Amino acid sequence: MNRTQLLSAASTIAVLSLAAAAPAMAQTKFEFWYGLSGDLSEKVQEMCSRFNASQADYEIVCVSQENYENNLQNTIAAFRANKQPTVTQISDGGVVDLMLSGAFLPVKQLMEDNGYNIDWSNYNSGVASYFSTSTGELLAMPFNNSTAMFYYDTDALAAVGFEGVPETWEQVEDAARKLKEAGYSCPIAMDPTGNWQWWEQFSAIHNVPIASNGNGYGGLDAEVLFNQGKFVDQLAFYKRMFDEGLMVHKSKAAGQTANEAFIAGDCNMTSSSIADHGTFSTQKKGNWQVAMLPIWEGTVRQNSLVGGAALWTLKGKSAEEYKGAAAFYNFIAQPEQAQHWSTITGYIPVTVSGFEAMKAAGFYDKAPYKGRELAIESLLYTPAGEYTRGVRLGNFGAVRQEVIKAMQSVIFDNADPQAALDEAAARSNEILRKFEQTYAGQKLP
Amino acid sequence: MERRAVYRNKVLPWMLLGPQLILVLVFFYWPTSQALYWAFTLEQPWGGGNLWAGLDNFLYIFRDNRYWGTVLRSAFYAMCTTGLSMLVALTLASFVDRALKGTKIFQSVFIWPYAIAAPAAGVAFRFIFSPEAGLVGGINEIWPGIWDPSTNGIQALGMVIICHAWLGIGYNFVFFLAALQMIPRSISEAGAMDGARPLQRMFDLQLPLIAPTAFFLLIMNIISSFTDSFGLIDTMTEGGPVGQTEVMVYKIYVDGFKGLDYSGAAAQSIVLMLLVIGLTFIQFKWVERRVHYN
Repeated sequence: MNRTQLLSAASTIAVLSLAAAAPAMAQTKFEFWYGLSGDLSEKVQEMCSRFNASQADYEIVCVSQENYENNLQNTIAAFRANKQPTVTQISDGGVVDLMLSGAFLPVKQLMEDNGYNIDWSNYNSGVASYFSTSTGELLAMPFNNSTAMFYYDTDALAAVGFEGVPETWEQVEDAARKLKEAGYSCPIAMDPTGNWQWWEQFSAIHNVPIASNGNGYGGLDAEVLFNQGKFVDQLAFYKRMFDEGLMVHKSKAAGQTANEAFIAGDCNMTSSSIADHGTFSTQKKGNWQVAMLPIWEGTVRQNSLVGGAALWTLKGKSAEEYKGAAAFYNFIAQPEQAQHWSTITGYIPVTVSGFEAMKAAGFYDKAPYKGRELAIESLLYTPAGEYTRGVRLGNFGAVRQEVIKAMQSVIFDNADPQAALDEAAARSNEILRKFEQTYAGQKLP
Repeated sequence: MERRAVYRNKVLPWMLLGPQLILVLVFFYWPTSQALYWAFTLEQPWGGGNLWAGLDNFLYIFRDNRYWGTVLRSAFYAMCTTGLSMLVALTLASFVDRALKGTKIFQSVFIWPYAIAAPAAGVAFRFIFSPEAGLVGGINEIWPGIWDPSTNGIQALGMVIICHAWLGIGYNFVFFLAALQMIPRSISEAGAMDGARPLQRMFDLQLPLIAPTAFFLLIMNIISSFTDSFGLIDTMTEGGPVGQTEVMVYKIYVDGFKGLDYSGAAAQSIVLMLLVIGLTFIQFKWVERRVHYN
């Protein structure tokens, strides 16, 4: 026996003894990547450790990828390198690309295969339809769902003599004007990159189409329509609000985000996801309220769009890992877990029975949770119609960037609203046509 | 009379070259071949299939006026960062070269910026240039609203250019200083005895003598401005506002990773690669020939 053989023998023995020292019961580890950070990320981690503590067979490893966009990018890169997590959180913007990729296992099938019986009809219809095929088969596990809301500082508004709820844009403008006259420097915090709340939700509650084919649900040959009618007026309105100092630009690049400005009391009104209700409750001092998004007088309010994300199970993992994923989904579907999750964040309860139970228990009657029921009310305001059930466009992330650029060029660089939106629409249609070519011959499931 | 060392062993040279070759293959040729393939196809973002597209991806970007805007912006960016960085570095190097008091300290101090990673510098500069809290933001106290790179594209681009130039000063400084110190003292002294003032000696003697170094730096700086600007832009402006800080390399990232248009991004990468290859070619062709001065 020479030296190398001796060494390798010794190291083999060492490894074997280490392995023997490990716990006899082998746990199945699987990864879950998500796109939340800060406060919400901590809440996800808490959820994960509760799952790990609740059973001994599986260990979920939860990894934050900062935001939905990064998570989508990183998941794709990992999937292409065959290093994908078992579970990933993909938001509305990435749904179509994933649907056509065939890179996932439909959640319904996964749960059935692993012997879990979930009452899918119990899921909030708006949430379920966003992540379902056209025939109603649910593809991903609803997890953190929300809608956009309007937040306002009641102390500041009362101080300038504005009473009641700012329900219409006319009232919002009136309140903002009173605040400005009274010396408040930032009545409304607005970030044009938040086009989900300032643009897409606006389209839904006013029932104006973002794209033809029923916002893309009817097929990949949809064309965007956001350069027409109310959209142009709305962008011109935002521009006027900026010019009069009633809206103020707040963003990461400006050094303070709109939410931070609202929490700090630097700005008195803003629009954001209901998911931030929990964060505002714990961090904002003084009195504030949440309301449904403002509409224009003379228009009929429609239901708002579902936001947030669902959990997708990716292909290419072992049966054991899928068992673990199914166990995790089953865990978060339990009424008490779902309620806990909704309580600590602000995300809506995704099941009908969950919402009814929370309502019956008086959860929404008092602070700090009062007001959150408005999100459900907003989502269920009318039955989801052709232009209020969601947006199903390929490479939607890129289309969103075009809208953001149009909004920024109008607000920052004084571009003409119609011209800016026309260009954004032309470019968006090019993106959609290229996407259609890339998936030539395929149809939305 | 050339003397050449020749390996008699046929295997040894390959073994010595091996690690480097593997690195280049894995990290350069493999990704490049992938990009080349994607550039001529329509690649599905999640993988799983692609269609032959011929030159469509290239025609698409060449027809796009926004792409040409990005190219022009990159050229402007390259000119400004290179000019600014080299000018400041040369000034500092010529002062240090004059052996004034504290020269030794400054020799090392001026190199420090080069040791800072671009994203770290980007974060630091974002604070410095922040309109509300930063050092430069103080100007807003005097003239409210005059400085806001988060909405003003020209200011945002200027901010990134200054930061990029600052980062390159250390690198340029080292080369300039070395070049200046390689000039035989007797030449400067002879000039001085003939009555040439320092500034005149600088322009008439030193600058022509360090021209090969300056040319080398020019090419290196331009290449760096094309490829290294990503880290800065991503931390400072993310290409905004209104895409006015999107240079070629950042547009590749935006289109490919954010927009999931892998094919369009691959085509742009190929164009950028050809550009850098062209610059490198010029550098070898010219600098290699002139760098020896006997």
